[in-house]
Amino acid sequence: MNSPALETLGLQKSFGALTVANAVDFRLERGARHALIGPNGAGKTTFVELVTGALRPNAGQIRLGGVDVTQLVQAERVKRGLVRTFQITALFRRLSILENVTLAICERQGIAGGLVRPSGHHRAAIEEAHALLERLGLEDEALRPVNTLAYGRQRLVEIAVSLALSPKVLLLDEPAAGVPSSESGRIIEVIERLPADIALLIIEHDMDLVFRLAQRITVMVQGSILVEGPPEAIAADPEVRRVYLGERAPA
Amino acid sequence: MTPIGAVDAFARRHRYHLLETLPWLAAVASYFAFPDYLALGAQILATILFALSADLVLGYAGIVTLGHAAFFGTGAYIAGILAAHGWGEPITGLLAGAAAAALVGFLSGLVVLRTTGLALLMQTLVVATVVAEAANKASFITGGDDGLQGMEVWPVFGWFRFDLFGHTAYFYCLTVLFLCWLAARHIVHSPFGRSLTGIRENVRRMHAIGAPVARRRLVIYTISAGLAGISGALIAQTTQFVSLSFLSLERSGAVLIMLIIGGVGQLYGAFVGVPLYMVAQNRFSEIDPVYWYFWIGLLMVVVVVFARGGVLGLFDRFRR
Repeated sequence: MNSPALETLGLQKSFGALTVANAVDFRLERGARHALIGPNGAGKTTFVELVTGALRPNAGQIRLGGVDVTQLVQAERVKRGLVRTFQITALFRRLSILENVTLAICERQGIAGGLVRPSGHHRAAIEEAHALLERLGLEDEALRPVNTLAYGRQRLVEIAVSLALSPKVLLLDEPAAGVPSSESGRIIEVIERLPADIALLIIEHDMDLVFRLAQRITVMVQGSILVEGPPEAIAADPEVRRVYLGERAPA
Repeated sequence: MTPIGAVDAFARRHRYHLLETLPWLAAVASYFAFPDYLALGAQILATILFALSADLVLGYAGIVTLGHAAFFGTGAYIAGILAAHGWGEPITGLLAGAAAAALVGFLSGLVVLRTTGLALLMQTLVVATVVAEAANKASFITGGDDGLQGMEVWPVFGWFRFDLFGHTAYFYCLTVLFLCWLAARHIVHSPFGRSLTGIRENVRRMHAIGAPVARRRLVIYTISAGLAGISGALIAQTTQFVSLSFLSLERSGAVLIMLIIGGVGQLYGAFVGVPLYMVAQNRFSEIDPVYWYFWIGLLMVVVVVFARGGVLGLFDRFRR
Protein backbone atom coordinates (compact mmCIF):
# COMPACT_ATOMS: atom_id res chain seq x y z
CA MET A 1 0.00 0.00 0.00
CA ASN A 2 3.00 2.27 0.07
CA SER A 3 3.17 2.69 -3.67
CA PRO A 4 2.13 6.19 -4.73
CA ALA A 5 -1.24 6.81 -6.36
CA LEU A 6 0.52 7.82 -9.55
CA GLU A 7 4.13 7.60 -10.57
CA THR A 8 6.08 8.26 -13.75
CA LEU A 9 9.57 6.93 -14.35
CA GLY A 10 11.77 8.48 -17.01
CA LEU A 11 8.79 9.64 -19.07
CA GLN A 12 9.98 10.83 -22.45
CA LYS A 13 8.11 12.40 -25.36
CA SER A 14 9.32 14.27 -28.40
CA PHE A 15 7.62 15.72 -31.44
CA GLY A 16 10.45 15.67 -33.94
CA ALA A 17 13.27 17.77 -32.51
CA LEU A 18 11.05 19.25 -29.83
CA THR A 19 11.24 17.43 -26.51
CA VAL A 20 8.07 18.05 -24.51
CA ALA A 21 8.72 15.57 -21.73
CA ASN A 22 12.31 14.95 -20.76
CA ALA A 23 12.91 12.02 -18.38
CA VAL A 24 10.11 13.06 -16.07
CA ASP A 25 10.16 11.25 -12.70
CA PHE A 26 7.10 12.23 -10.80
CA ARG A 27 5.25 10.92 -7.73
CA LEU A 28 1.74 11.72 -6.68
CA GLU A 29 1.10 10.34 -3.20
CA ARG A 30 -2.24 8.85 -2.17
CA GLY A 31 -4.64 11.58 -1.13
CA ALA A 32 -2.15 14.25 -2.20
CA ARG A 33 -3.02 17.86 -2.99
CA HIS A 34 -0.32 18.50 -5.51
CA ALA A 35 0.09 21.30 -8.04
CA LEU A 36 2.02 21.26 -11.30
CA ILE A 37 3.03 24.70 -12.45
CA GLY A 38 5.28 26.14 -15.11
CA PRO A 39 5.39 28.80 -17.81
CA ASN A 40 3.41 28.45 -21.04
CA GLY A 41 4.71 25.64 -23.18
CA ALA A 42 6.42 23.92 -20.27
CA GLY A 43 4.72 20.64 -21.17
CA LYS A 44 2.15 20.49 -18.39
CA THR A 45 -0.81 19.57 -20.53
CA THR A 46 1.35 17.18 -22.56
CA PHE A 47 2.21 15.53 -19.27
CA VAL A 48 -1.51 15.08 -18.57
CA GLU A 49 -2.06 13.64 -22.03
CA LEU A 50 0.79 11.18 -21.53
CA VAL A 51 -0.42 10.09 -18.13
CA THR A 52 -4.03 9.62 -19.24
CA GLY A 53 -3.05 7.76 -22.39
CA ALA A 54 -4.22 10.29 -24.96
CA LEU A 55 -0.56 10.42 -26.07
CA ARG A 56 1.97 7.58 -26.12
CA PRO A 57 5.37 8.24 -24.54
CA ASN A 58 8.55 7.46 -26.49
CA ALA A 59 10.04 5.93 -23.37
CA GLY A 60 9.41 5.58 -19.68
CA GLN A 61 6.77 4.10 -17.47
CA ILE A 62 3.50 5.20 -15.90
CA ARG A 63 2.37 3.43 -12.74
CA LEU A 64 -1.04 3.70 -11.19
CA GLY A 65 -1.17 2.48 -7.60
CA GLY A 66 2.06 0.60 -8.27
CA VAL A 67 0.75 -1.11 -11.42
CA ASP A 68 2.33 -0.42 -14.78
CA VAL A 69 -0.35 1.08 -17.06
CA THR A 70 1.93 2.40 -19.80
CA GLN A 71 0.52 -0.01 -22.39
CA LEU A 72 -3.14 0.44 -21.45
CA VAL A 73 -5.48 2.53 -23.58
CA GLN A 74 -7.18 5.55 -22.09
CA ALA A 75 -10.49 3.81 -21.35
CA GLU A 76 -8.77 1.11 -19.28
CA ARG A 77 -6.88 3.71 -17.26
CA VAL A 78 -10.16 5.49 -16.55
CA LYS A 79 -11.61 2.21 -15.28
CA ARG A 80 -8.68 2.01 -12.87
CA GLY A 81 -9.54 5.40 -11.44
CA LEU A 82 -7.32 7.76 -13.44
CA VAL A 83 -9.53 10.67 -14.45
CA ARG A 84 -8.87 14.11 -15.90
CA THR A 85 -10.66 17.37 -16.56
CA PHE A 86 -9.95 19.55 -19.57
CA GLN A 87 -8.31 22.96 -19.67
CA ILE A 88 -10.90 24.06 -22.21
CA THR A 89 -14.28 22.71 -21.19
CA ALA A 90 -14.99 19.49 -23.05
CA LEU A 91 -18.57 18.50 -22.40
CA PHE A 92 -21.58 17.28 -24.37
CA ARG A 93 -22.67 20.82 -25.02
CA ARG A 94 -26.17 20.26 -26.34
CA LEU A 95 -27.06 17.66 -23.71
CA SER A 96 -28.39 18.44 -20.26
CA ILE A 97 -26.11 18.54 -17.22
CA LEU A 98 -27.87 15.50 -15.86
CA GLU A 99 -27.21 13.59 -19.06
CA ASN A 100 -23.55 14.64 -19.10
CA VAL A 101 -23.08 13.14 -15.66
CA THR A 102 -25.33 10.12 -16.28
CA LEU A 103 -23.33 9.14 -19.36
CA ALA A 104 -20.19 9.06 -17.23
CA ILE A 105 -21.86 7.00 -14.51
CA CYS A 106 -23.16 4.50 -17.08
CA GLU A 107 -19.63 4.09 -18.43
CA ARG A 108 -18.24 3.53 -14.95
CA GLN A 109 -20.90 0.95 -14.13
CA GLY A 110 -20.30 -0.83 -17.42
CA ILE A 111 -23.90 -0.47 -18.58
CA ALA A 112 -23.25 2.13 -21.26
CA GLY A 113 -23.01 -0.43 -24.06
CA GLY A 114 -26.39 -1.94 -23.23
CA LEU A 115 -28.96 -2.26 -25.98
CA VAL A 116 -31.70 -4.13 -24.18
CA ARG A 117 -33.16 -1.82 -21.53
CA PRO A 118 -34.01 1.83 -22.17
CA SER A 119 -31.57 4.20 -20.49
CA GLY A 120 -34.43 5.63 -18.43
CA HIS A 121 -34.81 2.27 -16.69
CA HIS A 122 -31.34 2.58 -15.17
CA ARG A 123 -32.80 4.74 -12.48
CA ALA A 124 -30.04 4.17 -9.94
CA ALA A 125 -27.54 5.72 -12.35
CA ILE A 126 -29.74 8.76 -12.92
CA GLU A 127 -30.33 9.22 -9.20
CA GLU A 128 -26.62 8.94 -8.49
CA ALA A 129 -25.98 11.61 -11.12
CA HIS A 130 -28.58 13.85 -9.57
CA ALA A 131 -27.13 13.38 -6.09
CA LEU A 132 -23.76 14.43 -7.45
CA LEU A 133 -25.30 17.58 -8.95
CA GLU A 134 -26.83 18.36 -5.56
CA ARG A 135 -23.42 18.00 -3.96
CA LEU A 136 -22.05 20.62 -6.34
CA GLY A 137 -25.11 22.86 -6.18
CA LEU A 138 -26.11 22.26 -9.79
CA GLU A 139 -29.42 20.49 -9.24
CA ASP A 140 -31.61 23.46 -10.18
CA GLU A 141 -30.15 23.41 -13.66
CA ALA A 142 -30.14 19.63 -14.06
CA LEU A 143 -32.16 19.59 -17.26
CA ARG A 144 -30.56 22.60 -18.91
CA PRO A 145 -28.26 22.01 -21.86
CA VAL A 146 -24.66 22.71 -20.89
CA ASN A 147 -24.22 25.35 -23.60
CA THR A 148 -26.83 27.56 -21.94
CA LEU A 149 -24.83 27.82 -18.70
CA ALA A 150 -22.34 30.46 -17.65
CA TYR A 151 -18.76 29.34 -18.14
CA GLY A 152 -18.09 29.07 -14.42
CA ARG A 153 -21.01 26.65 -14.10
CA GLN A 154 -19.70 24.65 -17.03
CA ARG A 155 -16.39 24.25 -15.18
CA LEU A 156 -18.34 22.78 -12.27
CA VAL A 157 -20.07 20.34 -14.62
CA GLU A 158 -16.62 19.39 -15.88
CA ILE A 159 -15.69 18.47 -12.30
CA ALA A 160 -19.03 16.71 -11.76
CA VAL A 161 -18.46 14.50 -14.80
CA SER A 162 -15.02 13.49 -13.55
CA LEU A 163 -16.30 12.77 -10.05
CA ALA A 164 -18.97 10.54 -11.58
CA LEU A 165 -16.14 8.22 -12.60
CA SER A 166 -15.13 7.63 -8.93
CA PRO A 167 -11.54 8.75 -9.46
CA LYS A 168 -8.64 7.62 -7.33
CA VAL A 169 -6.38 10.06 -9.13
CA LEU A 170 -7.88 13.27 -10.48
CA LEU A 171 -5.93 15.51 -12.84
CA LEU A 172 -7.45 18.98 -12.90
CA ASP A 173 -6.14 20.85 -15.93
CA GLU A 174 -6.55 24.55 -15.08
CA PRO A 175 -9.91 24.11 -13.35
CA ALA A 176 -10.47 27.86 -13.09
CA ALA A 177 -9.14 28.87 -16.50
CA GLY A 178 -11.29 31.45 -18.24
CA VAL A 179 -13.56 31.89 -15.25
CA PRO A 180 -14.14 35.41 -13.90
CA SER A 181 -12.80 35.84 -10.36
CA SER A 182 -16.33 36.30 -9.06
CA GLU A 183 -17.06 32.69 -9.94
CA SER A 184 -13.70 31.05 -9.30
CA GLY A 185 -14.29 31.07 -5.54
CA ARG A 186 -17.03 28.50 -5.93
CA ILE A 187 -14.74 26.23 -7.95
CA ILE A 188 -11.95 26.46 -5.37
CA GLU A 189 -14.47 25.65 -2.65
CA VAL A 190 -15.60 22.54 -4.52
CA ILE A 191 -12.02 21.39 -5.02
CA GLU A 192 -11.23 21.96 -1.35
CA ARG A 193 -14.16 19.78 -0.34
CA LEU A 194 -13.26 16.84 -2.57
CA PRO A 195 -12.94 13.53 -0.68
CA ALA A 196 -9.54 13.24 1.00
CA ASP A 197 -8.83 9.81 -0.53
CA ILE A 198 -8.70 11.25 -4.05
CA ALA A 199 -5.15 12.11 -5.07
CA LEU A 200 -5.35 15.51 -6.77
CA LEU A 201 -2.95 16.94 -9.29
CA ILE A 202 -3.83 20.51 -10.20
CA ILE A 203 -2.28 22.07 -13.27
CA GLU A 204 -2.77 25.76 -12.84
CA HIS A 205 -1.62 29.24 -13.79
CA ASP A 206 -3.51 31.02 -11.06
CA MET A 207 -0.98 31.32 -8.22
CA ASP A 208 -3.61 32.26 -5.62
CA LEU A 209 -5.39 29.02 -6.32
CA VAL A 210 -2.18 26.97 -6.29
CA PHE A 211 -0.94 28.33 -2.98
CA ARG A 212 -4.37 27.95 -1.44
CA LEU A 213 -4.94 24.34 -2.48
CA ALA A 214 -1.58 22.65 -2.88
CA GLN A 215 0.47 21.00 -0.16
CA ARG A 216 3.17 20.21 -2.65
CA ILE A 217 4.24 21.93 -5.84
CA THR A 218 6.20 20.71 -8.84
CA VAL A 219 7.64 23.27 -11.24
CA MET A 220 8.08 22.18 -14.83
CA VAL A 221 10.16 24.03 -17.40
CA GLN A 222 10.72 22.96 -20.99
CA GLY A 223 9.55 19.42 -20.40
CA SER A 224 11.69 18.81 -17.34
CA ILE A 225 11.01 19.05 -13.64
CA LEU A 226 12.90 22.03 -12.29
CA VAL A 227 12.14 21.64 -8.63
CA GLU A 228 9.60 20.13 -6.29
CA GLY A 229 8.68 20.95 -2.71
CA PRO A 230 6.19 22.43 -0.28
CA PRO A 231 4.67 25.78 -1.29
CA GLU A 232 6.89 27.87 1.03
CA ALA A 233 10.05 26.38 -0.41
CA ILE A 234 8.82 26.90 -3.98
CA ALA A 235 7.83 30.49 -3.26
CA ALA A 236 11.28 31.16 -1.81
CA ASP A 237 13.24 29.34 -4.50
CA PRO A 238 15.26 31.95 -6.40
CA GLU A 239 15.39 29.93 -9.60
CA VAL A 240 11.61 29.43 -9.64
CA ARG A 241 11.13 33.14 -9.10
CA ARG A 242 13.45 33.85 -11.98
CA VAL A 243 11.90 31.50 -14.58
CA TYR A 244 8.33 31.49 -13.60
CA LEU A 245 7.04 33.77 -10.94
CA GLY A 246 8.90 36.78 -12.22
CA GLU A 247 8.93 39.63 -9.79
CA ARG A 248 5.43 38.94 -8.55
CA ALA A 249 5.33 37.73 -4.96
CA PRO A 250 2.96 34.84 -4.30
CA ALA A 251 0.03 35.48 -2.03
CA MET B 1 -38.53 22.08 -10.59
CA THR B 2 -38.16 19.74 -7.64
CA PRO B 3 -35.12 17.46 -7.59
CA ILE B 4 -37.16 14.29 -8.04
CA GLY B 5 -38.94 15.99 -10.92
CA ALA B 6 -35.73 16.23 -12.90
CA VAL B 7 -34.90 12.58 -12.36
CA ASP B 8 -38.40 11.51 -13.31
CA ALA B 9 -38.50 13.64 -16.41
CA PHE B 10 -35.14 12.25 -17.44
CA ALA B 11 -36.16 8.65 -16.76
CA ARG B 12 -39.34 9.02 -18.82
CA ARG B 13 -37.80 10.32 -22.00
CA HIS B 14 -38.07 7.01 -23.85
CA ARG B 15 -41.84 6.73 -23.42
CA TYR B 16 -44.03 6.95 -26.49
CA HIS B 17 -45.50 10.29 -27.39
CA LEU B 18 -48.86 10.68 -29.09
CA LEU B 19 -47.21 12.57 -31.96
CA GLU B 20 -45.25 9.47 -32.82
CA THR B 21 -48.39 7.82 -34.19
CA LEU B 22 -48.57 10.55 -36.83
CA PRO B 23 -46.33 8.96 -39.51
CA TRP B 24 -48.20 5.67 -39.22
CA LEU B 25 -51.63 7.26 -39.41
CA ALA B 26 -50.43 9.24 -42.42
CA ALA B 27 -49.12 6.05 -44.06
CA VAL B 28 -52.43 4.22 -43.61
CA ALA B 29 -54.41 7.28 -44.72
CA SER B 30 -52.23 7.58 -47.85
CA TYR B 31 -53.11 4.01 -48.75
CA PHE B 32 -56.76 4.96 -49.00
CA ALA B 33 -56.25 8.49 -50.33
CA PHE B 34 -53.86 7.62 -53.19
CA PRO B 35 -54.80 4.12 -54.43
CA ASP B 36 -53.18 4.85 -57.80
CA TYR B 37 -49.81 5.61 -56.26
CA LEU B 38 -49.24 2.54 -54.09
CA ALA B 39 -46.14 1.48 -56.01
CA LEU B 40 -44.58 4.88 -55.37
CA GLY B 41 -45.82 4.69 -51.78
CA ALA B 42 -44.07 1.37 -51.23
CA GLN B 43 -40.84 2.83 -52.60
CA ILE B 44 -41.17 5.81 -50.30
CA LEU B 45 -41.69 3.55 -47.27
CA ALA B 46 -38.65 1.45 -48.14
CA THR B 47 -36.56 4.57 -48.75
CA ILE B 48 -37.62 5.96 -45.37
CA LEU B 49 -35.95 2.91 -43.86
CA PHE B 50 -32.81 3.68 -45.86
CA ALA B 51 -32.79 7.26 -44.58
CA LEU B 52 -33.50 6.05 -41.06
CA SER B 53 -30.46 3.78 -41.22
CA ALA B 54 -28.35 6.73 -42.40
CA ASP B 55 -29.70 8.83 -39.53
CA LEU B 56 -28.40 6.30 -37.00
CA VAL B 57 -24.82 6.76 -38.18
CA LEU B 58 -24.91 10.41 -39.26
CA GLY B 59 -27.40 11.90 -36.83
CA TYR B 60 -26.56 9.89 -33.75
CA ALA B 61 -22.96 8.71 -34.00
CA GLY B 62 -21.81 11.66 -36.13
CA ILE B 63 -20.29 9.39 -38.79
CA VAL B 64 -20.45 11.29 -42.08
CA THR B 65 -20.77 8.80 -44.91
CA LEU B 66 -21.12 9.00 -48.68
CA GLY B 67 -21.14 5.26 -49.11
CA HIS B 68 -24.35 4.05 -47.59
CA ALA B 69 -25.57 2.81 -50.98
CA ALA B 70 -23.00 0.01 -50.66
CA PHE B 71 -25.16 -1.58 -47.97
CA PHE B 72 -28.45 -0.71 -49.64
CA GLY B 73 -27.24 -2.26 -52.90
CA THR B 74 -25.76 -5.31 -51.20
CA GLY B 75 -29.09 -6.06 -49.55
CA ALA B 76 -30.90 -5.54 -52.86
CA TYR B 77 -28.56 -7.77 -54.85
CA ILE B 78 -28.60 -10.59 -52.29
CA ALA B 79 -32.41 -10.61 -52.10
CA GLY B 80 -32.59 -10.22 -55.88
CA ILE B 81 -30.11 -12.97 -56.71
CA LEU B 82 -31.88 -15.36 -54.33
CA ALA B 83 -35.22 -14.61 -55.98
CA ALA B 84 -33.76 -14.97 -59.47
CA HIS B 85 -32.24 -18.35 -58.61
CA GLY B 86 -35.20 -20.17 -57.19
CA TRP B 87 -35.55 -18.84 -53.65
CA GLY B 88 -38.26 -16.19 -53.77
CA GLU B 89 -39.39 -16.39 -50.14
CA PRO B 90 -39.46 -12.69 -49.20
CA ILE B 91 -38.84 -12.72 -45.41
CA THR B 92 -35.75 -14.91 -45.56
CA GLY B 93 -34.67 -12.85 -48.57
CA LEU B 94 -34.82 -9.71 -46.43
CA LEU B 95 -32.89 -11.36 -43.63
CA ALA B 96 -30.23 -12.63 -46.03
CA GLY B 97 -29.93 -9.14 -47.51
CA ALA B 98 -29.64 -7.65 -44.04
CA ALA B 99 -26.99 -10.14 -42.95
CA ALA B 100 -24.88 -9.62 -46.06
CA ALA B 101 -25.12 -5.84 -45.80
CA ALA B 102 -24.26 -5.94 -42.10
CA LEU B 103 -21.23 -8.09 -42.89
CA VAL B 104 -20.05 -5.59 -45.52
CA GLY B 105 -20.67 -2.83 -42.98
CA PHE B 106 -18.72 -4.62 -40.27
CA LEU B 107 -15.73 -5.47 -42.47
CA SER B 108 -15.50 -2.06 -44.13
CA GLY B 109 -16.17 -0.39 -40.77
CA LEU B 110 -13.12 -2.11 -39.29
CA VAL B 111 -11.04 -0.12 -41.78
CA VAL B 112 -12.85 3.14 -42.50
CA LEU B 113 -13.90 3.96 -38.93
CA ARG B 114 -10.26 4.30 -37.91
CA THR B 115 -10.49 7.77 -39.42
CA THR B 116 -12.89 10.67 -38.95
CA GLY B 117 -14.10 13.69 -40.90
CA LEU B 118 -13.05 14.15 -44.49
CA ALA B 119 -10.80 11.09 -44.56
CA LEU B 120 -13.69 8.96 -43.37
CA LEU B 121 -15.98 10.49 -45.97
CA MET B 122 -13.52 9.62 -48.74
CA GLN B 123 -13.09 6.08 -47.47
CA THR B 124 -16.82 5.40 -47.37
CA LEU B 125 -16.91 6.66 -50.95
CA VAL B 126 -14.13 4.24 -51.85
CA VAL B 127 -15.95 1.30 -50.26
CA ALA B 128 -19.13 2.09 -52.20
CA THR B 129 -17.16 2.40 -55.44
CA VAL B 130 -15.39 -0.90 -54.84
CA VAL B 131 -18.67 -2.71 -54.12
CA ALA B 132 -20.30 -1.15 -57.21
CA GLU B 133 -17.37 -2.14 -59.40
CA ALA B 134 -17.39 -5.67 -57.98
CA ALA B 135 -21.09 -5.95 -58.86
CA ASN B 136 -20.33 -4.65 -62.33
CA LYS B 137 -17.54 -7.19 -62.90
CA ALA B 138 -19.63 -10.06 -61.54
CA SER B 139 -22.15 -9.60 -64.35
CA PHE B 140 -22.59 -13.37 -64.71
CA ILE B 141 -24.57 -13.27 -61.47
CA THR B 142 -25.63 -9.61 -61.11
CA GLY B 143 -26.47 -8.93 -64.74
CA GLY B 144 -23.96 -6.05 -64.72
CA ASP B 145 -25.06 -3.02 -66.70
CA ASP B 146 -28.30 -4.68 -67.82
CA GLY B 147 -29.50 -5.11 -64.27
CA LEU B 148 -30.65 -8.26 -62.55
CA GLN B 149 -33.43 -9.92 -64.52
CA GLY B 150 -35.87 -12.71 -63.80
CA MET B 151 -36.64 -12.24 -60.13
CA GLU B 152 -39.58 -14.25 -58.92
CA VAL B 153 -40.75 -13.25 -55.46
CA TRP B 154 -43.14 -15.62 -53.72
CA PRO B 155 -46.22 -14.47 -51.82
CA VAL B 156 -45.62 -13.14 -48.31
CA PHE B 157 -46.29 -15.93 -45.79
CA GLY B 158 -47.24 -18.02 -48.83
CA TRP B 159 -50.48 -16.08 -49.07
CA PHE B 160 -50.19 -12.38 -50.04
CA ARG B 161 -49.14 -12.21 -53.69
CA PHE B 162 -47.27 -9.15 -54.92
CA ASP B 163 -49.94 -7.65 -57.19
CA LEU B 164 -49.61 -5.15 -60.02
CA PHE B 165 -51.28 -2.36 -58.08
CA GLY B 166 -48.93 -2.58 -55.13
CA HIS B 167 -51.38 -3.39 -52.33
CA THR B 168 -49.19 -6.15 -50.93
CA ALA B 169 -46.01 -4.21 -51.58
CA TYR B 170 -47.36 -1.22 -49.67
CA PHE B 171 -48.29 -3.12 -46.54
CA TYR B 172 -45.23 -5.34 -46.75
CA CYS B 173 -42.97 -2.28 -46.77
CA LEU B 174 -45.05 -0.53 -44.12
CA THR B 175 -44.84 -3.50 -41.74
CA VAL B 176 -41.11 -3.97 -42.20
CA LEU B 177 -40.49 -0.24 -41.79
CA PHE B 178 -42.56 -0.22 -38.61
CA LEU B 179 -40.64 -3.13 -37.08
CA CYS B 180 -37.29 -1.59 -38.02
CA TRP B 181 -38.38 1.78 -36.64
CA LEU B 182 -39.27 0.12 -33.33
CA ALA B 183 -35.81 -1.40 -33.25
CA ALA B 184 -34.10 1.87 -34.19
CA ARG B 185 -36.09 3.76 -31.59
CA HIS B 186 -35.16 1.22 -28.95
CA ILE B 187 -31.49 1.51 -29.87
CA VAL B 188 -31.56 5.30 -29.75
CA HIS B 189 -33.05 5.31 -26.25
CA SER B 190 -30.79 2.59 -24.86
CA PRO B 191 -27.65 3.50 -22.91
CA PHE B 192 -25.75 2.49 -26.05
CA GLY B 193 -27.75 4.95 -28.13
CA ARG B 194 -27.22 7.73 -25.61
CA SER B 195 -23.49 7.06 -25.65
CA LEU B 196 -23.56 7.46 -29.44
CA THR B 197 -24.98 10.93 -28.92
CA GLY B 198 -22.06 11.53 -26.58
CA ILE B 199 -19.64 10.45 -29.31
CA ARG B 200 -21.27 12.86 -31.73
CA GLU B 201 -21.22 15.72 -29.23
CA ASN B 202 -17.66 15.31 -27.98
CA VAL B 203 -15.50 12.34 -28.80
CA ARG B 204 -12.59 13.52 -26.61
CA ARG B 205 -14.86 13.58 -23.60
CA MET B 206 -16.16 10.11 -24.45
CA HIS B 207 -12.58 8.81 -24.37
CA ALA B 208 -12.00 10.63 -21.10
CA ILE B 209 -14.98 8.95 -19.41
CA GLY B 210 -13.60 5.59 -20.47
CA ALA B 211 -15.91 4.74 -23.36
CA PRO B 212 -14.74 2.20 -25.96
CA VAL B 213 -15.49 4.66 -28.76
CA ALA B 214 -14.18 2.58 -31.66
CA ARG B 215 -16.27 -0.44 -30.68
CA ARG B 216 -19.44 1.61 -30.28
CA ARG B 217 -18.98 3.19 -33.68
CA LEU B 218 -18.42 -0.17 -35.29
CA VAL B 219 -21.54 -1.65 -33.68
CA ILE B 220 -23.83 1.13 -34.89
CA TYR B 221 -22.21 1.14 -38.33
CA THR B 222 -22.94 -2.58 -38.62
CA ILE B 223 -26.53 -2.24 -37.41
CA SER B 224 -27.13 0.68 -39.75
CA ALA B 225 -25.67 -1.27 -42.68
CA GLY B 226 -28.04 -4.14 -41.90
CA LEU B 227 -31.06 -1.82 -41.90
CA ALA B 228 -29.91 -0.25 -45.17
CA GLY B 229 -29.64 -3.78 -46.56
CA ILE B 230 -33.24 -4.52 -45.56
CA SER B 231 -34.30 -1.33 -47.30
CA GLY B 232 -32.52 -2.31 -50.51
CA ALA B 233 -33.97 -5.82 -50.34
CA LEU B 234 -37.47 -4.36 -49.92
CA ILE B 235 -37.12 -2.29 -53.07
CA ALA B 236 -35.62 -5.20 -54.99
CA GLN B 237 -38.46 -7.51 -54.00
CA THR B 238 -41.27 -5.04 -54.60
CA THR B 239 -39.98 -3.77 -57.96
CA GLN B 240 -38.52 -7.16 -58.97
CA PHE B 241 -35.48 -5.46 -60.37
CA VAL B 242 -31.98 -4.51 -59.24
CA SER B 243 -29.50 -2.39 -61.15
CA LEU B 244 -26.05 -0.95 -60.56
CA SER B 245 -27.68 2.38 -59.72
CA PHE B 246 -28.60 0.78 -56.38
CA LEU B 247 -24.90 1.06 -55.47
CA SER B 248 -24.27 4.48 -56.95
CA LEU B 249 -22.90 7.63 -55.40
CA GLU B 250 -26.13 9.36 -56.43
CA ARG B 251 -28.04 6.93 -54.24
CA SER B 252 -25.76 7.64 -51.25
CA GLY B 253 -26.04 11.36 -51.83
CA ALA B 254 -29.79 11.40 -52.38
CA VAL B 255 -30.48 9.64 -49.08
CA LEU B 256 -28.42 12.26 -47.26
CA ILE B 257 -30.30 15.05 -49.04
CA MET B 258 -33.64 13.52 -48.06
CA LEU B 259 -32.48 13.16 -44.48
CA ILE B 260 -31.16 16.72 -44.31
CA ILE B 261 -34.42 18.05 -45.76
CA GLY B 262 -36.31 16.22 -43.04
CA GLY B 263 -33.92 16.85 -40.16
CA VAL B 264 -30.88 14.93 -38.92
CA GLY B 265 -30.56 13.12 -35.60
CA GLN B 266 -34.20 13.16 -34.59
CA LEU B 267 -35.31 9.72 -35.78
CA TYR B 268 -38.24 11.28 -37.65
CA GLY B 269 -36.40 13.34 -40.22
CA ALA B 270 -36.55 10.39 -42.60
CA PHE B 271 -40.33 10.25 -42.28
CA VAL B 272 -40.61 13.88 -43.41
CA GLY B 273 -37.73 14.30 -45.83
CA VAL B 274 -38.16 11.14 -47.89
CA PRO B 275 -41.85 11.61 -48.82
CA LEU B 276 -41.22 15.30 -49.50
CA TYR B 277 -38.26 14.57 -51.78
CA MET B 278 -39.77 11.60 -53.59
CA VAL B 279 -43.18 13.18 -54.15
CA ALA B 280 -41.48 16.36 -55.34
CA GLN B 281 -39.27 14.31 -57.63
CA ASN B 282 -42.32 12.49 -58.98
CA ARG B 283 -44.23 15.72 -59.56
CA PHE B 284 -41.33 17.72 -60.94
CA SER B 285 -40.37 14.98 -63.38
CA GLU B 286 -43.92 14.90 -64.71
CA ILE B 287 -44.17 18.67 -65.04
CA ASP B 288 -40.64 19.19 -66.26
CA PRO B 289 -39.07 15.91 -67.44
CA VAL B 290 -35.81 17.56 -68.50
CA TYR B 291 -34.96 19.96 -65.72
CA TRP B 292 -36.63 18.36 -62.72
CA TYR B 293 -33.30 17.98 -60.95
CA PHE B 294 -33.00 21.75 -60.94
CA TRP B 295 -36.16 22.04 -58.84
CA ILE B 296 -34.86 19.41 -56.39
CA GLY B 297 -31.67 21.45 -56.16
CA LEU B 298 -33.67 24.59 -55.49
CA LEU B 299 -35.60 22.80 -52.74
CA MET B 300 -32.29 21.77 -51.18
CA VAL B 301 -30.95 25.34 -51.32
CA VAL B 302 -34.09 26.66 -49.65
CA VAL B 303 -33.77 24.12 -46.84
CA VAL B 304 -30.09 24.82 -46.27
CA VAL B 305 -30.57 28.59 -46.26
CA PHE B 306 -33.84 28.92 -44.39
CA ALA B 307 -34.20 25.73 -42.38
CA ARG B 308 -30.84 24.51 -41.14
CA GLY B 309 -32.41 21.81 -38.99
CA GLY B 310 -34.57 20.57 -41.84
CA VAL B 311 -38.36 20.63 -41.75
CA LEU B 312 -38.38 19.18 -38.23
CA GLY B 313 -36.01 21.94 -37.17
CA LEU B 314 -38.58 24.47 -38.39
CA PHE B 315 -41.23 22.90 -36.17
CA ASP B 316 -38.88 23.07 -33.22
CA ARG B 317 -38.29 26.74 -33.87
CA PHE B 318 -42.00 27.53 -33.96
CA ARG B 319 -42.64 25.59 -30.79
CA ARG B 320 -40.24 27.75 -28.81
